[in-house]
Amino acid sequence: MSLSVLYDAPGPRTKRWSLIASTVGVILIVAFFVWMYLTLAAPRVNANGAELPGMFDPSRWDIVANGDLWLSFGLGTLATLQMAAAAAILAIAIGILFSFGRSSQFAWVRAITGVVLEFVRGIPVLLMIFFVFLVFTAGSYWSGVIGLALYNGAIIGEALRAGVKSLPRGQREAGFSIGLSPVRTWALIEFPQAFRQMLPIILAQLVVLLKDTSLAFIVSYPELSRTISNNRNFFGSRYMFTLFVIGLAIYLVLNLTMSWIARFAARRSGPRFGRALPNTPKQPGADGTRAITLPTRKDGLADALH
Amino acid sequence: MDALIDVTPAYLAGFLMTLQLLVISGAAAFVVGVLVATMRISPVPSLRVFATVYTEILRNVPLLLVLMFCALVLPILGSDLDYYPLALIGLTAYTSPFVAEAIRSGFNGVPVGQAEAARSIGMGFTQTVTLVVLPQAARMVVPPLINVFIALTKNTSVAGIFFVNELFKQTDAATRDNPGSVILVLIYAAVLYLVITVPLGLIAGAIEKRVVVAR
Repeated sequence: MSLSVLYDAPGPRTKRWSLIASTVGVILIVAFFVWMYLTLAAPRVNANGAELPGMFDPSRWDIVANGDLWLSFGLGTLATLQMAAAAAILAIAIGILFSFGRSSQFAWVRAITGVVLEFVRGIPVLLMIFFVFLVFTAGSYWSGVIGLALYNGAIIGEALRAGVKSLPRGQREAGFSIGLSPVRTWALIEFPQAFRQMLPIILAQLVVLLKDTSLAFIVSYPELSRTISNNRNFFGSRYMFTLFVIGLAIYLVLNLTMSWIARFAARRSGPRFGRALPNTPKQPGADGTRAITLPTRKDGLADALH
Repeated sequence: MDALIDVTPAYLAGFLMTLQLLVISGAAAFVVGVLVATMRISPVPSLRVFATVYTEILRNVPLLLVLMFCALVLPILGSDLDYYPLALIGLTAYTSPFVAEAIRSGFNGVPVGQAEAARSIGMGFTQTVTLVVLPQAARMVVPPLINVFIALTKNTSVAGIFFVNELFKQTDAATRDNPGSVILVLIYAAVLYLVITVPLGLIAGAIEKRVVVAR
């Protein structure tokens, strides 16, 4: 039970009221899902007057026993992960290039990188994948990888640039004062610090990238969402709901795991000062500049404050 | 060059449709997002849990599948809506957790001393939030919120896969009709998207600068 600076510890009356509200809320949500289940399970009559079995009817789920189905979903998951991994590595490389260009000492390099970056960031990933597919006639795999890598690279590049910019100026000056060239100062002193500081944002962006691999659907790359529609074509459209549920479940498992890993890694190696102050003792007058974390997660400020 | 003139009427129609999707689902997602963000900081545990689960699930499902859900499962649940309103529902649902997170990050940016000061002079939850924290958070929320809307602009293109005649669908058709000038037609569409996203980005940047100075 977390407490927050925003409200008092609940007294007996508040606790009772809160319990009632919670119970009502849970009942409403459960009722909603039961209604949803019943509506989905009910047989439907189509336009021709023929009765169709409900969504949970065994005749819609018998493909679950089919090994080919799981093989295709396995391959689809693999294809999704493969594309995500290749695009992630490329995106980080492109991001580093972008941030290097943006902090160049030559104005024209900065300007060109800026324009390219604006362009890449401003158009939909879907359009970019489509563009690479049609214009460079890259195969569906590479158009997906390149489209995703360019777009996410631009975002990672911006994050890295912001990270470099937020460093104290003394870091750069120290590099110069020991005789490093601007490039070496950037590569040896500024970039490593910025990368570490921006790691949470970069990892969050990689989760987005994993989700966006579903957009390679448009170029018929056989990833997970394409697998759903391929299987629909193969097994018949009455299995659509079943296939959708399976696909959704796989996506949720993949993405929630990735998000969790990203969060874990961010907590371990993210910026120390960005953390919401749990272990540091309170210094009078110094708290005002610190970030506040409202009660959401167990590790947040919530537990530290009371 | 003729190809560009040929596709202009279709592109304009698509552009307007994209704008409509952006404005309507953006406004709806803002309302839902504020509700979810309020639930996440509220004193009632069940509301917090509900908001967290809602955010986590929707943020971890690809937009393509959210729209697939709208196009596929909602009709079974009894909606007889057209693809356009279904796409609006999907985009709203997908965008709302991002709005909620942007708002929450703004809340987190308000120094804790502010809330402590409000509490120490005897303000309750509602007073602390509406009179002290929210007015300060509002200005900091604007740049990340605009970024969410920029992302939404780009996300509307996915609705094109689900039979909504917005800009991306028109582009798809245009590349088929003008095989000789595919590059031009694609760049034309890209420029139309940039017409929306670049100004929004500039506004976000300008506001961000002002907020930083003010603090």
